[in-house]
Amino acid sequence: MQGQGLLKGLGVTMKNFVRPVHTVQYPDRKVGLLGAAKRAGVSPFRFFADNPREGLKALLFIATVPERVQQAPRFRGNEFTWYEDRCTGCASCAKYCPLGIIKIVTHPGGIDVQEGESYAIDVFDIDIGRCMFCGLCVEACPYDALHMGSQFERGNYVRNDLVIDIEQLRSNLKRPSSWFRPQFEERKFDPFKGETVDDHYKAGRHEQPSPDELKERWVDGRK
Amino acid sequence: MTLKTEPVTINLGPQHPSTHGVFRFRVTFDGEQIADIEPIFGYLHRGSEKLAEERTYAQVVTLTDRMDYVSSMLSNQAYILAVEKLCGIEPSPRGVWLRMIAAELQRIASHMVAIGFLLQDLGTWGTPLTYAMRERESVLEMFEMLCGARITNSYLRPGGVFMDAPVEFLPVLDSFLSALPHRIDELESYLTGNEIIFARTKGVAVLKPEIAINASLTGPMIRASGIDWDLRHRDPYDYYDRVSFKRPLHRAGDNFARYWVRMQEMRECITIIRQCVEQMEPGPVRPSHDDVPYLLRPPVGDAYVAIEGSKGELGFYLVSDGGISPYRCHVRAPSFINLTLLREMLIGTLMGDLFVSFGSVDLNMGEVDR
Ligand code: SF4
Ligand code: SF4
Repeated sequence: MQGQGLLKGLGVTMKNFVRPVHTVQYPDRKVGLLGAAKRAGVSPFRFFADNPREGLKALLFIATVPERVQQAPRFRGNEFTWYEDRCTGCASCAKYCPLGIIKIVTHPGGIDVQEGESYAIDVFDIDIGRCMFCGLCVEACPYDALHMGSQFERGNYVRNDLVIDIEQLRSNLKRPSSWFRPQFEERKFDPFKGETVDDHYKAGRHEQPSPDELKERWVDGRK
Repeated sequence: MTLKTEPVTINLGPQHPSTHGVFRFRVTFDGEQIADIEPIFGYLHRGSEKLAEERTYAQVVTLTDRMDYVSSMLSNQAYILAVEKLCGIEPSPRGVWLRMIAAELQRIASHMVAIGFLLQDLGTWGTPLTYAMRERESVLEMFEMLCGARITNSYLRPGGVFMDAPVEFLPVLDSFLSALPHRIDELESYLTGNEIIFARTKGVAVLKPEIAINASLTGPMIRASGIDWDLRHRDPYDYYDRVSFKRPLHRAGDNFARYWVRMQEMRECITIIRQCVEQMEPGPVRPSHDDVPYLLRPPVGDAYVAIEGSKGELGFYLVSDGGISPYRCHVRAPSFINLTLLREMLIGTLMGDLFVSFGSVDLNMGEVDR
């Protein structure tokens, strides 16, 4: 019959009409009172009693709650996490970067003479305006001092502000992504839950799991 | 009285929204029929091949991501295989399985984009495109799990992949693979029986097998013309000789055949991935740094490796002069070569079919211009 295929197609559209939506209303989404209370983790009455202003907004459906997608722990965000204590200034990261956008200036630090003199770092600039977040610098760092970060909202009006300098690297919240850092994965570190890793002792060193561990994780764990 | 008509030459592009990238046609219309068509490209040329000559072998991976940005895993794979052949690297088995899984997932994503946009060109304004993009989204989410990025993956390394898949990956993959056949069925019941799509695609822009062979077309394009040519089967790379799969063929060679072949190929991808997951053994995912250092110095020589990309035979030709970066890097881009028959396909068809046929070639301007 002519038109049967069309009707079938319309059926599919109708089916999809009632399915849960896949789209995320980034950065925030309008909610009613129930949604706002659910997000705050309290009952709607409590929510209204606690802050009537917000409650009124929510009743009128003009209150908003922030909305994010679930990110993977390996997500390569556009910031970096750097542990100065561990960085030797070897500049492997700068050498390995395909774009050559890491600038490192060092001078002999005069400490740790027995372990081979370490360098004090004067300049550590990463020009993320040109960075493609490939993570090769992180892979190259032999001392696990540099990690990919996990945040991605660094919108800016001025190009020069996109250069991450050493002060920023020191003072940024340390939310490393587990990209090329199996040790974070091992202990199920998730930077998107707001956890931070403040010093390099806590960050640990990376070591590829042994075949036995892998077997345990992949074969026995799946059964 | 007969009206006198004159051929009109019109420029389409390079900024037309449905030209699949910055691409320009110079079309001569005779009434509504296409009398002549001349493709003009080069608007997206970034000199990737030349840039590769300035980078070390490990760094070039990031450039291959940006060639065919709809199927970057496959570009990664072709390049890495060429490097492995050039340096004589023996890859780690687990890494090979993982990159086969990634490549087949990418093929699903790429075909979804092809189908979605083909139908968008047909005037379905978005609805099937959103469905196709939703499935692609799940693949991209899995890529984010694997390698932290959705489009510019850089997941592969010479000798395998950079890191093992996280533990959560396999369950997600499994649920995706079990859900996907229903989704494809649904998309097919939506489209394959649709009378309007039949009327618009059947018998339009037919490619005869002989000219398809002469122009060395590859991929779904040539399989839609009835030639059984699939490099995964003809010249197996990685472990494709250890998996079995069907190769969907269609004899018509028209737009519908090209759509149909892609649709069926996605189902085959599912069986391939399932076999890969079954045969995967635990172990290292890449050789140790003593065997494959970061700074590769291949011996003097050259290597050409071609794989079955989502659009056809994707080949990398690398020449080494013994240094740390390629002396010459050339890419055999399937989109570019599939484009050469555009004229033969389109002369005599109607204006409305132009973009549909163009979409059915499934080209990616990033790859055409490199
Ligand atoms: S992420 Fe890539 S582009 Fe960015 S600084 Fe590191 S190596 Fe360079
Ligand atoms: S590679 Fe690591 S240790 Fe060396 S300079 Fe870069 S961050 Fe510091």
